Amino acid sequence: MVAHGRQCKIEGSQATARQTAELLRSVISQQRVPYTNQAGALIDAVKAVGEQLIAANPVELAVGNIVRRVLHIIREEDLSLTTAAIGELNLSAVSDDENDDDRDGNTTLSAAAVAAAARSTLRPPSLQTLLEDTPVSAAVPQTSSSGAADKSSRSRKLKHDVIEAVNELIQDIVTCHEQIAEQAVEHIHQNEVILTLGSSRTVSEFLFAAKEKKRSFRVFVAEGAPRYQGHLLAKELVARGLQTTLITDSAVFAMISRVNMVIVGAHAVMANGGVIAPVGMNLVALAAQKHAVPFVVLAGSHKLCPLYPHNPEVLLNELRSPSELLDFGEFSDCMDFGSGSGSPLLHVVNPAFDYVPPKLVSLFITDAGGHNPSYMYRLIADYYSADDLVVQRRAIAGN
Amino acid sequence: MDSRRSSRAVIDPKVRQVGFFTSAPLPPDRTQSDPPDPIRSPPLADASSPGNSLSPVMIPPPRHPSDSLLRLPHSPSDAFPPPSPTTTTTSLGDFSDDVTAASSPPPAAARVRGRGSSVKQQGAASSFPGGGFEVPPSVKAPSSVPASGLTTVSVVKLPPGISENAGGSVSVEVQSDRALNSKPLKEKTSKAERRAIQEAQRAAKAAAKAEGIKTPAVTALANAKSAKSTKPSPQRNDSAVVVAASEKKGGDRSVEKDRKKDVPHPRMQYDDKSRVQKLKKRSVVKPTEARNRVELFRHLPQYEHGTQLPVLQSKFFQLDTLHPAVYKVGLQYLSGDICGGNARCIAMLQAFQEAIRDYSTPPAKTLSRDLTAKISSYVSFLIDCRPLSVSMGNAIRFLKSQIAKIPISLSESEAKATLHSDIERFINEKIILADRVIVKHAVTKIRDGDVLLTYGSSSAVEMILQHAHELGKQFRVVIVDSRPKHEGKLLLRRLVRKGLSCTYTHINAISYIMHEVTRVFLGASSVLSNGTVYSRVGTACVAMVAYGFHIPVLVCCEAYKFHERVQLDSICSNELGDPDSISKVPGREDINHLDGWDKSENLQLLNLIYDATPSDYVSLIITDYGMIPPTSVPVIVREYGRGQLWIYEECDPLASPGRCSDAVFFVDGLIFYPSQHLVLSFWFPDRPPSGLNNDLLERSDNFVTVAENGNFTNFEL
Repeated sequence: MVAHGRQCKIEGSQATARQTAELLRSVISQQRVPYTNQAGALIDAVKAVGEQLIAANPVELAVGNIVRRVLHIIREEDLSLTTAAIGELNLSAVSDDENDDDRDGNTTLSAAAVAAAARSTLRPPSLQTLLEDTPVSAAVPQTSSSGAADKSSRSRKLKHDVIEAVNELIQDIVTCHEQIAEQAVEHIHQNEVILTLGSSRTVSEFLFAAKEKKRSFRVFVAEGAPRYQGHLLAKELVARGLQTTLITDSAVFAMISRVNMVIVGAHAVMANGGVIAPVGMNLVALAAQKHAVPFVVLAGSHKLCPLYPHNPEVLLNELRSPSELLDFGEFSDCMDFGSGSGSPLLHVVNPAFDYVPPKLVSLFITDAGGHNPSYMYRLIADYYSADDLVVQRRAIAGN
Repeated sequence: MDSRRSSRAVIDPKVRQVGFFTSAPLPPDRTQSDPPDPIRSPPLADASSPGNSLSPVMIPPPRHPSDSLLRLPHSPSDAFPPPSPTTTTTSLGDFSDDVTAASSPPPAAARVRGRGSSVKQQGAASSFPGGGFEVPPSVKAPSSVPASGLTTVSVVKLPPGISENAGGSVSVEVQSDRALNSKPLKEKTSKAERRAIQEAQRAAKAAAKAEGIKTPAVTALANAKSAKSTKPSPQRNDSAVVVAASEKKGGDRSVEKDRKKDVPHPRMQYDDKSRVQKLKKRSVVKPTEARNRVELFRHLPQYEHGTQLPVLQSKFFQLDTLHPAVYKVGLQYLSGDICGGNARCIAMLQAFQEAIRDYSTPPAKTLSRDLTAKISSYVSFLIDCRPLSVSMGNAIRFLKSQIAKIPISLSESEAKATLHSDIERFINEKIILADRVIVKHAVTKIRDGDVLLTYGSSSAVEMILQHAHELGKQFRVVIVDSRPKHEGKLLLRRLVRKGLSCTYTHINAISYIMHEVTRVFLGASSVLSNGTVYSRVGTACVAMVAYGFHIPVLVCCEAYKFHERVQLDSICSNELGDPDSISKVPGREDINHLDGWDKSENLQLLNLIYDATPSDYVSLIITDYGMIPPTSVPVIVREYGRGQLWIYEECDPLASPGRCSDAVFFVDGLIFYPSQHLVLSFWFPDRPPSGLNNDLLERSDNFVTVAENGNFTNFEL
């Protein structure tokens, strides 16, 4: 499929997220919806595509996040349509005849199902919801079958609504930088000294926004080996007239004592508040903690991942080419391949990501405002429904 | 009170530098109401010479006509012309009479104590320049008028000092009277007196300048004024007391000097414009200041890279002041051919050795003085090439002390031979042998199956790893490297050649790789007295992450690199490298965002060379004196300074076996002195000293067992 090819090409989780959402939108619009259980059909279709997408690059968590968000949207839209339909039914029932036992029983039954469904989707994944769990997929077809009259219009309406919502999601992803940047002035004061590592578009937009509001501050940019994105960021910041100092990554500890705040971007934010970030970030976070410097992570909502990390340094990491550290053949003269004693003497390790535990993070700034790391699970629960966490698991199993 | 006074005297050396009071030696029959100096307290022969109402400080006693007793010689530093005697006396006489009348009748005891207090106040006034403004308007110099508010305040302030001693009621009266008296007195100051005061101030300025002390003229003025201010105090016979007090200060001076010697000199601060200018005049290299300097590091030198080298190379045959060996080493520092604390130190010492060999004392000069000056000029040249490392600083200090110790009776060739062997011994004992001992210690900390992490390239760590490999220990090495120097690559190459299994990564991946590491071995440029490890930039990061992962951090550092200086951060003292090396990434042509970065004034590139690792992160420091916690560093620093003397002068068992009978020799080369409770030196196992009284003993990590007359005693190390 298209997805496999493009996974390797796209850089940055925002672009990935947007493209994933667009792809899923086209999937939804092309999907033929049956008369019964349209939501289920849509979910299955999205899941099938999502699995492939996630399998293509399991480390890019944004893909999985978007797939889950789309699934969540379908469920929500379906639910709201159902509620509306039942509301209508209820309304008609009330207007027709209140003493009609037959109809009354029917509506109360579906109302209960709706209520259960509403609980399971809209409420946080608490113990109570889990205990009261009624299979939503069972309840939803029931109600939809009950109102058979407006089936065709509703199916079209569902698809339409879902596509609308996905469009909104894409819009959100596109504008997340601006929404985060709007909060910049609240966090950056005059003469602040800010340290950042590598380059992130969110961070640069954030800093630009503060600069545009006539704040003057200095920025220390750690260059972020081995990709040296810090050079790019430094260039951009200077072009905007910000006082910028580029330092080597090894000088982070030396300089952090003179820094007021560390502002960095993230690759993904896990449900426990931990951050998957470009390599070197844990170093910065530890140094910031040692000197009691606030460590602020900027992340668009598409980076919020509903999974809890296990051994993230290894499982959610990616080892890049050693050529970024050592030239190929640079050490060929001192390696004795002739002896063939088995394992080579020289290994080169070049990981792409770092895991920053939640205790090192002072604040998350997302497009929904600032949050504590301990609150992230709840924020994430707003965006995803508990049923969709399985996508990833199945995908990994299939991988 | 005594302690207070002496502490004040210690606080400010400026008092004596200005040279107002110290010149007059204490006449043996002068009074001293409150004997502050136990050594030189003269008998109270003239306990209350009531006629002596002269200014104690400002007016040199002999010039006073009424004072027949004080016929004291003037020292040349006392360039302070006396005010016209007649006027002063009259005004003073008036004033003091007034005061005595007003504050009459104070009990005699109170008066005596009051005198004591006056000493204290004078001490205070003279030692704190700010206190110099405690000038009653009467004696204020007309040219420089302090704010009236200040004066009044100080006038009010002055008496409480007295009231402490002389009784509150009296002091209040004094205060009010003074306030009253001050006005009429002002009118009384004659033209002659005013001129005298002005002259005095000018002279004081000149004196301060002439002495070349950095005391601002204000201090001198203030002192002059404070001297005046104390003049109208109600106490008599102050002069003698003050002379005594100043004498006492002189007595303190030697102690103070000794204490001062221990405190390291403040480093050159490059944001001090005048000093930088002075430095530039002297320097051989004329470097161009780098542009786009980082604001935080103004105090450190940073020059355009690469501009000095060609200039110096072209000057090679013109510079006759420098020895070619020194010159060569300087160029090697500049180009970065020699780097690393030990290598730089050895190269420098060997260059000095050559320079000393070719040295001949010019006529009419002594070797010790001229050679020291010569060495100093070499050192300043080397500093121009690259700032000194702590190890080099210590080596230079050692060399200079050795030069100073050469007896004058020694002939030139003998002296040179002595110095040559001293330097040789320093290199052998303090660097080469020390490294061997460190290796021996550190190898015991490597177990089979260990994964050892090291950062950058440290010669000591490299030796440890190679030695452990030669011993057949099975371990893996993780080499962490960083930009821009990539020193780890060189280490990696050498280790892989030797057949060690290595993993190479960059410093950002440290958190990733730390999971598998069991020990961290780090080198150090210096270990400071507070346990801070001053080392290649990035060492602190590595130590911090290791600490976070609860992995022991072992720092390997020879004891000659220890320094009594303390440091908390990496900013106050550091070295700046070439910023251009940051903007370019070798082998990665795609990263060229910062080409021409120096055109934009908003962008600075910071290339720090060192950083300071807090002692919390260091589990152990392996030195040639054994393995110590970072808290023990000051002990080593202290004992090192002493031990050095001791080893070289009195009790070097290798030079004079048998002289130190209590030394215990260990098979691993350590010599332990039970009387000192310290391992102080080493012997070469291949060259055992003769005439040993004690057996060669084994020792464990923590304590040694010493056999004395058949009894075994344990000493903790």
